[in-house]
Amino acid sequence: MPNNQGDEIRQAAAVLVKEIDRLVKQPVRIMEVCGTHTVAIFRAGIRQLLPSQVELVSGPGCPVCVTPNDYLDTAIAYSRCDDVIITTFGDMLRVPGSSSSLRAEKAVGADVRIVYSPLESLDIAASNPGKKIIFLAIGFEATAPTAAATVLTAEKLGLDNFYVLSAHKLVPPALRALMADRKVKVDGFLLPGHVSAIIGEQPYHFLEREYHVPAIIAGFEPLDILQSVYMLVKQIHTGTAVVENQYSRVVKPGGNQVARQVLAQVYEEADATWRGIGVMQGSGLRVNSKYRRFDVRVRLPVQVENTCEDAACRCGEVLRGLVKPADCLLFGKTCVPEHPVGSCMVSVEGTCAAWYKYGAWRWQK
Amino acid sequence: MCLAIPAKLIGKIDRLATVEVGGITRKVSLMLLPDAQVGDFVLVHAGFAIQTVEEEEAKRTMELLKELTELA
Ligand code: SF4
Ligand code: SF4
Repeated sequence: MPNNQGDEIRQAAAVLVKEIDRLVKQPVRIMEVCGTHTVAIFRAGIRQLLPSQVELVSGPGCPVCVTPNDYLDTAIAYSRCDDVIITTFGDMLRVPGSSSSLRAEKAVGADVRIVYSPLESLDIAASNPGKKIIFLAIGFEATAPTAAATVLTAEKLGLDNFYVLSAHKLVPPALRALMADRKVKVDGFLLPGHVSAIIGEQPYHFLEREYHVPAIIAGFEPLDILQSVYMLVKQIHTGTAVVENQYSRVVKPGGNQVARQVLAQVYEEADATWRGIGVMQGSGLRVNSKYRRFDVRVRLPVQVENTCEDAACRCGEVLRGLVKPADCLLFGKTCVPEHPVGSCMVSVEGTCAAWYKYGAWRWQK
Repeated sequence: MCLAIPAKLIGKIDRLATVEVGGITRKVSLMLLPDAQVGDFVLVHAGFAIQTVEEEEAKRTMELLKELTELA
């Protein structure tokens, strides 16, 4: 049975590739916004399967990659306080700040703990009443509701030693900024499946209305991705530009109402700085006035060192699909996954890390 | 960072669920998906169920692809 299914999948993939081949008449650039897609594309060897006319470029789709230095510097400053425990998803430990990283701070005694769920921070808060627990709240719309739900739970439990350092980002405003940037050339988008599971289809419709660019909400299996590329080239071929949902087994048109409500209860939109890209209007979230007492920046201001970035790092251009990782002079030399210089080399979902791991510079596509 | 995985909901007490994936069980919060029922497949991200996964839909995608295969 599994063999049969494997055959079926291979057959279906072959048909899709053939159809894509038939439909593509001129070069097309497709941007996958989400880091999980980047990794899935490399892992399944999808770039090599596609005709050379189809170029896949990675976008600003990994929250670790777009987190700017000054956020890290702030987190590091807090971690140096005696009475603070930092809780965070694992990747953040390795992101370099201006002069240190959380991993380096942990090695010299800072209490930095990796959590799998933000809720674990609350257990830590309850069992360490003398300490202040700061959760590094990063992530897009798929992750932000989990942090918001944690704030609501902390309130319900009456915990007064739990805080968030928030740097959540929103995907649709980032797409808008990309489209408004004349240097960025994209003929179609693969939209992030899990973000869409929360926000639904509606927030993407401006892409068809204002920019006439097709976009497909895509799942993460190799066949999902191939089918989505097929749907895109079909639209490009016929001159249509609409938002379609390939991942309807997970993404409902209206998203997840409850999660969106929880999000709106705790957060409000704010301008946000994206690493190497700069400030994008309304592209982030901050804790709203009702829950401000959980916002560590408001409650416990801290002195932060002056932020500086490595001038040679080209993360900002990589994140907009303007250059390939191998175009960065540091790539594979001073910047490798074990010692990342820029954040795109940190997370396995980062574009530079994926290129490095899967040896993509060898075929340069 | 945000790897979300489908898991089967095998137990539920209020807003806390037990899910199973590949023989391993885990507790996840249902705060963001309160209507999920035992037997459902749910997408789990950062300790929370964030959406139900429709098996039927999954099958339909396969059917669609099979059709395409037969056309070719
Ligand atoms: S799964 Fe979500 S958080 Fe992870 S890279 Fe994709 S969009 Fe970003
Ligand atoms: S190779 Fe390193 S320094 Fe260069 S763009 Fe990528 S992450 Fe930044």
